[in-house]
Amino acid sequence: METTISVNLKIWRQRGPKEKGQFVNYHLDNVSTGSSFLEMLDMLNQQLVEQGEEPVVFDNDCREGICGMCSLYINGHPHGPVQGITTCQLHMRKFNDGDTITIEPWRSAAFPVIRDLMVDRNAFDKIQQAGGYVSFNCGGAPDANATPISKEVADVAMDSATCIGCGACVAACKNGSAMLFVSAKVSQFALLPQGQVERARRARAMVRRMDELGFGNCTNTGACAAECPKNVPLSNIARLNREFIKAKLAD
Amino acid sequence: MADLKNLEGMIDSTPIMKDFADIESSKLPEYQIDSKIPEGPIAEKWTNYKAHQKLVNPANKRHLDIIVVGTGLAGASAASTLAELGFNVWNFCIQDSPRRAHSIAAQGGINAAKDYQNDGDSVYRLFYDTVKGGDFRSREANVYRLAEVSNNIIDQCVQQGVPFAREYGGLLANRSFGGAQVSRTFYAKGQTGQQLLLGAYASLNRQIEKGQVRSFNRREMLDIVIVDGRCRGIIVRNLVTGELERYAAHAVVLATGGYGRTFFLSTNAMGCNGSAAIQAFKKGAYLSNLAFTQIHPTCIPVHGEDQSKLTLMSESLRNDGRIWVPKKKEDAEAIRAGKKRPTDIPDEDRDFYLERRYPAFGNLCPRDIASRAAKERCDAGYGVGTGNAVYLDFKYAIDRLGADVVRDRYGNLFDMYQMISDDNPYETPMMIFPASHYTMGGIWVDYELQTSIKGLFAIGECNFSDHGANRLGASALMQGLADGYFVLPYTMQNYLSDQIKVKHPGTDAPEFDEAEKGVRDRIARLMAIKGTKSPDEIHKRLGHVMWNLVGMGRTLQSLVKAIGEIEEVKKEFYTDLRIVGSADDLNTELEKALRLEDFLVMAKMMAIDALHRNESCGAHFREEYQTADGEAARDDEHYMYVSCWKYTGDDEKPILLKEPLKYEAIKVQTRNYKS
Repeated sequence: METTISVNLKIWRQRGPKEKGQFVNYHLDNVSTGSSFLEMLDMLNQQLVEQGEEPVVFDNDCREGICGMCSLYINGHPHGPVQGITTCQLHMRKFNDGDTITIEPWRSAAFPVIRDLMVDRNAFDKIQQAGGYVSFNCGGAPDANATPISKEVADVAMDSATCIGCGACVAACKNGSAMLFVSAKVSQFALLPQGQVERARRARAMVRRMDELGFGNCTNTGACAAECPKNVPLSNIARLNREFIKAKLAD
Repeated sequence: MADLKNLEGMIDSTPIMKDFADIESSKLPEYQIDSKIPEGPIAEKWTNYKAHQKLVNPANKRHLDIIVVGTGLAGASAASTLAELGFNVWNFCIQDSPRRAHSIAAQGGINAAKDYQNDGDSVYRLFYDTVKGGDFRSREANVYRLAEVSNNIIDQCVQQGVPFAREYGGLLANRSFGGAQVSRTFYAKGQTGQQLLLGAYASLNRQIEKGQVRSFNRREMLDIVIVDGRCRGIIVRNLVTGELERYAAHAVVLATGGYGRTFFLSTNAMGCNGSAAIQAFKKGAYLSNLAFTQIHPTCIPVHGEDQSKLTLMSESLRNDGRIWVPKKKEDAEAIRAGKKRPTDIPDEDRDFYLERRYPAFGNLCPRDIASRAAKERCDAGYGVGTGNAVYLDFKYAIDRLGADVVRDRYGNLFDMYQMISDDNPYETPMMIFPASHYTMGGIWVDYELQTSIKGLFAIGECNFSDHGANRLGASALMQGLADGYFVLPYTMQNYLSDQIKVKHPGTDAPEFDEAEKGVRDRIARLMAIKGTKSPDEIHKRLGHVMWNLVGMGRTLQSLVKAIGEIEEVKKEFYTDLRIVGSADDLNTELEKALRLEDFLVMAKMMAIDALHRNESCGAHFREEYQTADGEAARDDEHYMYVSCWKYTGDDEKPILLKEPLKYEAIKVQTRNYKS
């Protein structure tokens, strides 16, 4: 049954990318356990606005776990303590009355803080721009059923394609590596017949761009996959490594 | 203002419309609507159009700049395709990346007339189902074109590497959606919108890398700029720095989505807004059919006052889920009191009301009908949960197919449901209730998708064109991508062909100064109110008014009352709004306030549009106009037209223009999903 709880919040506040940030403590009463985590932050912001203070800035949009806009490091975990969901899908029933909840932005050199809990994830777009596509112009596609694709392959490609680009993998990684993100896209296209022609070029270009943008190297700790809200599997990274080596050997 | 007491028993709003709008001017010659529908039989219109339209030669395309606002399915597909053709594209979104646009949240699927299932589908049948589903209030020629290009979309997306669901033989799988008797919906788990959007985003990225598209994120358009009668640019606010920026081009495309968040609670994302439509409206673009707002039948019910949004459960669930409420009132009461569980109710005491009322389509009847039927049962006292919920039960599907098959089809939706409600839908039925989801109405466009302002185009949900009074499931994705990949890139050239020698004025033109000043003054005005209420508080109040009085069932009285209450909310907004922080800085409260100011205009226009339409059709249900068995009673003689509202000033009455609808390829009939 739903009830209400009180929580103590310890939230990272930072004016801008160059400014020094700090934790600020807040207290919130009457939080319905049926509320989502972000609705709890809405309540806090409403309280702050009533006091004439600036609200805590955090990215969010769809609030149903698919747009990838929300982030937040909650009690030491990207997207909070519950596995396989995004912050916006986290509900307050997962917390207890009187809990202290620590909320930080993504921590990664490649994702500078814009304000408070909002970070700049442009680097992810830039990696995709390097080669995360099949190069063809609209209008020239053959009939959709012209090339059969086995259900197993399509399903594995779908599991890779399910990445929402939120950046939790980078935030979780002690090296700040973007390997899970990059490998998900490389895998999707490496598996599907449409991606074959540019397979080697794509792996090379996306890895090169990732390195240029200041992401760290992968040391196979697996924290990325463990924290991924969409359960994108670690096998993608193994596939990316194979794709990259094959591409290099071909050079 | 009409006195509510005098309205008792009145059902025809015509005599009181003069209080709210100018409904006579449409007879004037300067207010005639030209929809530019090509001549010829319906199946040849688009082919003829393409054969005879003016094109821009490849060498000239690089001299033409196009602004595309929005990066959802329509915006991203249009931006990438126009860039592939060689135009210079400037693309804007309010999110931190183009990939986050709300199309990403579409779950169930995309329709196409491929007939891969050999079940009798065809371009004509998809066209027919869409016009009928829209209750004969959409433009026939547009819908036929939509059905025609639907097949190209699937080809395009497969080639992009969209991992659609497949059968074991390797070919594409299909499922059924409401309002159709064939299986024509292509899907990628319950994440079809995500996969299609990432496909369009991939094509967009390719053009960004080439430098053919310049991408601007965290930017919000706050005005369009018109120079010598043509739209030549936009003013945007940089959401990170708070600075106003100007961009000029030969033409501007709005792909900014729907206005469903006028209801505050909706399935839309938090950032979704109707502001672009309102900016265009105030500069002379017509707004059409605003009363046609889709209330989706299968959403997770509201839990409390702090709720910020509602979550949709895909319509695809109605393929295998059965919707019911208890037959006996005492059972419903016992369930609401927590004394009985749904599983305690035997089959014979369950009222599968959709199967009962609509035997031919059953649980797969169109959304407007399913939503109203749920409301009818809840209003009659048979609702469960808080009283505003019905059951969507998978027990029967699990008995028939096994839990594994059900998990394979809907697993991620079940997980999402459990996460939010804390109930396990494999063991107990889901609770669902209707919620604001999609807006069929929007910016008026002609056959070329051009608005009534030259050089301003509108595509995707933000235009009004294809869905009539009700959109069928899996047709929004189809329309967004049809507009962006296959329609606009052709039709826009007809406009641009005589612009190749025209140098657009650039951002130094005085019209840009003026527009920027207007935006600056508007922001200053809101910042200066310094009241006590946050934008969200006021928006919630507006939402209550809209849901209660302009929601699933409307009456002349409720609508007149709504207009009065919207005025009061507006007064509160302009006297008691509080925006903390500064305008020249990142300020999420200011962003909300600006959007809310536009929602207030939209809300009133929605109520006026609903008030003027003295009939029920599709999602627009005026309770006075219903048949003996509670179905929508259309009035084709008087209302078979697109309402087009023209702005005349903030405190002036809008002018109603009419675009008559003619059905030549389809016989107009009463919508029947019973037999």
